[in-house]
Amino acid sequence: MRHTLTLFLTLAAFWMLNSGHTSVLMLSLGTISVVFVLYIAHRIDVVDHESQPIHLSYKLPGYFLWLLKELLLANIAVVKSIWLGKNFISPAFTTIKATQKTDIGKVIYANSITITPGTVTVDLVGDRLTVHALFQENLDILKAGEMDRRVSRLEN
Amino acid sequence: MTLDINTIVEILSGFCLLIGSFLCISGGVGILRFPDFYTRMHAVGVTDTLAAGMILVGLMLQNPDALVVIKLLMILVMTLFINPTASHALAKAAFHNGLMPVLDDTEILNSKERNKTTDNDLEPK
Amino acid sequence: MLIAATLAVLVAMILAIIRGIVGPTLYDRILAVNMFGTKTVLLLSLLGFVMGRPEFLDIAIVYALINFISVVGVLRYSGTFELKQPSAESKEE
Repeated sequence: MRHTLTLFLTLAAFWMLNSGHTSVLMLSLGTISVVFVLYIAHRIDVVDHESQPIHLSYKLPGYFLWLLKELLLANIAVVKSIWLGKNFISPAFTTIKATQKTDIGKVIYANSITITPGTVTVDLVGDRLTVHALFQENLDILKAGEMDRRVSRLEN
Repeated sequence: MTLDINTIVEILSGFCLLIGSFLCISGGVGILRFPDFYTRMHAVGVTDTLAAGMILVGLMLQNPDALVVIKLLMILVMTLFINPTASHALAKAAFHNGLMPVLDDTEILNSKERNKTTDNDLEPK
Repeated sequence: MLIAATLAVLVAMILAIIRGIVGPTLYDRILAVNMFGTKTVLLLSLLGFVMGRPEFLDIAIVYALINFISVVGVLRYSGTFELKQPSAESKEE
C-alpha cells in the first residue's frame, strides 16, 4: 500500500511538471491516466520495494554527492587520456566480488561502476562482477573497495 | 565597479556550456581514436555523464522559469539513469557474443572455448 | 555561447556518425548510434534555447526515452541475453 501511494505521488508529480496545466478538465484527465497506469502496474505486478525503493531514499543523497565527486575525477582522467593518445591507456579486465546482500544493492553497485567513465560492468553473475577498465589503476581502486563499502552501508 | 548577480550567472552559464562543449568534442575524438570497442565505450561515457550534465546545468542557469528548470533536471536525471543501463546491455551483448577486449598484458580470462563457438556472430549479417 | 555549444554538439554527432560508418563490428555501430541519440537530446534542448521555444524540451524528454528503448530493442533482437542458462558463467571461474 505504501508503494502504491508513493508511485501515485511520483506519477502525479511527473504529470503536473510535464504539462503545467491547472484547469479542472486537464487535472481530471491527468488523474484518470495516473490511475490507469497504477492499474496496469498492479496487473503486471511491479509495485514493490524494487520499483519504489523508498527505504533507501533518505540515504541516497549523500551517496549521490560522493558519486558526483568520483564522476568528476574519472572524467578528468579519461579526457586526459583521450587527448594524450593510445600510449597512456592500459585496458584491463577482471572479476571482482560484490558484498551486497540484496539484488537492488548489487544493481546499484554495478550501475555506479558503469556510470563512472573508465570502468564498465560487463557481466553480473551471482555476487561476481566482470569489469572492464580503461586504466589498471581504476581496477586497483575498485578492488580496494570504497564504493563497495558505501553501497553496502546504503542498503542496511 | 560592481558585478551584479545577472552578470555572474551569465558568466557561470557560459563557463558551463564551454566545458560541456569541450567534453562533447573530446568524447567524439575519443570514439574515433581509441583502439577497440570496450575502450571506445569509456569515451562515450564521458559525453553521457559530465558533458550532458554541464550543458544542461548551463542551460538551467540561462532561464529563471521554474518549469523549464525542472524539465531540464528531468532530462539530466533520465540521461544519468538510462545511459549506464544501455551501455551495460551493450557491453554484455558484445562480451557474450565473443568480442574480446584488446589488453595490455595478455593474461585474458580462460574463455577461448566460448570464443570459438560464437566467432561467426561477430560479423554483421 | 549557445551557438558555440550547438556547434560543438553537432561536431560530436558527426564524429559519432563517422565511427558508425567505419566501425568494424556491429557493436561499434550500435555504440555510435547510442551516442548519436544522446547528443540529439542535448541538441534539441540547446535548439529550444537558441530559438527561444522551450517546448522543445518536451520533445527532448520523449526522445531520451525512445532512444533507450531502441538501443535495448536492437540488443535483444540480436539474441544476446542468455536467458536459457544464466548460471553458465559462474562455473568457469
